[in-house]
Amino acid sequence: MSDYIIETSGLTKSFKGFTAVNGVDLRIRRGAIHALIGPNGAGKTTCFNLITKFLEPSEGRILYKGEDITRMKPADIARLGMVRSFQISATFPHLTVLENVRVALQRPLGTAFFFWRSETSLDGLNDRAMQLLDEVGLAEFAGAQAASLSYGRKRALELATTVALDPEVLLLDEPTSGMGREDIERITSLIKRVAVNRTILMVEHNLSVVSELSDRITVLARGQILAEGSYLEVSSNPEVVDAYMGSGHA
Amino acid sequence: MKRTDINTAGGSPAQGPGRFNSSTILYLVLLALALVAPAVLYPIFLVKVLCVALFALAFNLLIGYGGLLSFGHAMFFGGASYITGHAMLVWGWPTELGILVGVVFSTLLGVVAGLIAIRRQGIYFAMVTLALAQMVYFIFLQMPFTGGEDGIQNVPRRAVFGFIDIANDTTLYYVVLTIFVFGFLFIYRTIHSPFGQVLKAIRENEDRATSLGYHTTRFKLLAFVLSAGLAGLAGATKVVVFQIATLTDVTWQMSGEVVLMTLVGGLGTVFGPVVGAAIIITMQDYLATFGEWVLVIQGVTFVIMVSLFRRGVVGEIAALINRVR
Repeated sequence: MSDYIIETSGLTKSFKGFTAVNGVDLRIRRGAIHALIGPNGAGKTTCFNLITKFLEPSEGRILYKGEDITRMKPADIARLGMVRSFQISATFPHLTVLENVRVALQRPLGTAFFFWRSETSLDGLNDRAMQLLDEVGLAEFAGAQAASLSYGRKRALELATTVALDPEVLLLDEPTSGMGREDIERITSLIKRVAVNRTILMVEHNLSVVSELSDRITVLARGQILAEGSYLEVSSNPEVVDAYMGSGHA
Repeated sequence: MKRTDINTAGGSPAQGPGRFNSSTILYLVLLALALVAPAVLYPIFLVKVLCVALFALAFNLLIGYGGLLSFGHAMFFGGASYITGHAMLVWGWPTELGILVGVVFSTLLGVVAGLIAIRRQGIYFAMVTLALAQMVYFIFLQMPFTGGEDGIQNVPRRAVFGFIDIANDTTLYYVVLTIFVFGFLFIYRTIHSPFGQVLKAIRENEDRATSLGYHTTRFKLLAFVLSAGLAGLAGATKVVVFQIATLTDVTWQMSGEVVLMTLVGGLGTVFGPVVGAAIIITMQDYLATFGEWVLVIQGVTFVIMVSLFRRGVVGEIAALINRVR
């Protein structure tokens, strides 16, 4: 078995003449927390959407556990154990917090098309759902509508929903974006906890979060890989510093 | 932890079948009212309301819980009424089989139309359904068996199961009420099922549902087909009641009317479409003396509802109750 759980080769995406991602060879080691960073417009989120098949690559190949997934549908990617989150917190706002997590838990039951069966048949999942909510500190909000949660809690709920599928790989798109310091600390420690026995690929702007969490970092700029390595290696790379300075990040 | 505990903790209203709560009581009261209604109101008027309300309920299943605006639902409603009318008049089929074949037809039409339309979103989905419905309209207009402008007339009211004589209007009302209650419970269960949960999740955030591993188009297709079948049940029942299947029921105006009723009553509420249908049918019947002006009154009502009471009658009442709590 290969050391790498995700491998892309020559991954390219062009939108009507503009090449957002250009020949990216990415290798994500099994069990690692791998961060994808880079200035705005570097193609991080596009990369993400390509790997999870929310976008069709123009060129290149994507391997997941050695299997070619380049032409698969996004829902099937999730079924293989690779689950993504979104940049804007992705909850089901008018379902309760408990139902949000339960929608993920109910998939393996195989009753998702049973329109004739009562939803009380899902009550067996409530204990597991409560456990997951408890882990992210949302147990007391279980009966509330997801829409009523604060932004930080929505992101926590999103993480609980993702973990409910017990994925092998989590892809987190800017998990701390738009958060205050307290929420960032909470999410960071949550990510550390769920990262045990899992692989995480994340896009992140907050460099202190990146330095705290990631084992390995890939820097993208203008759709291409600029540098790769540990935080120390990458942050001392003059090209990286230049790319960041150039666009006003520090 | 039990589900009920969670509900009280979160302060959200309990909503599930089998629980004896305020909404269960409300439904029982409404059922009791429906049972005595023919003593007060003209049965044929009530029957018309029930048929159209069932149609609106079917439509609401799709838009209220699947988030899909179909602008061609008349093809299922009117299509089923033609098939049922023809089966009963020309083939001499009994009432129950006539209704069944109408429902089967609209369900199959739902599969075909759904497969074509479901891959489009928002306004494009609505436009595709409208275009398909117009095609169905012209096919029915041209086919000899529909009688063109005349429609299928004098469809017999045969005794249901051979012994329930529906020539009597009051008996007819109870038969239609039974069909309606069946349709209502069917939809209620669908909404409150494992499928309903996923469907609501898709309505709320389709990308997220996909990322959890759900093939969302399949769920939307099933919702579309169920909705089409139930719309057909409403149309088939209507032909039994009025003994006539006409072009009116397959026109785009009919598709528009069901949108109107659902919005007036309350989109995505369990009972809204019924209230909306009752309001619109009442307006049409009691304001009939105004002639074409009924349409203007309807239009004004619609504009007022959409701009001031966006949640519809039932939605606004529910919001009010929640606020008082």
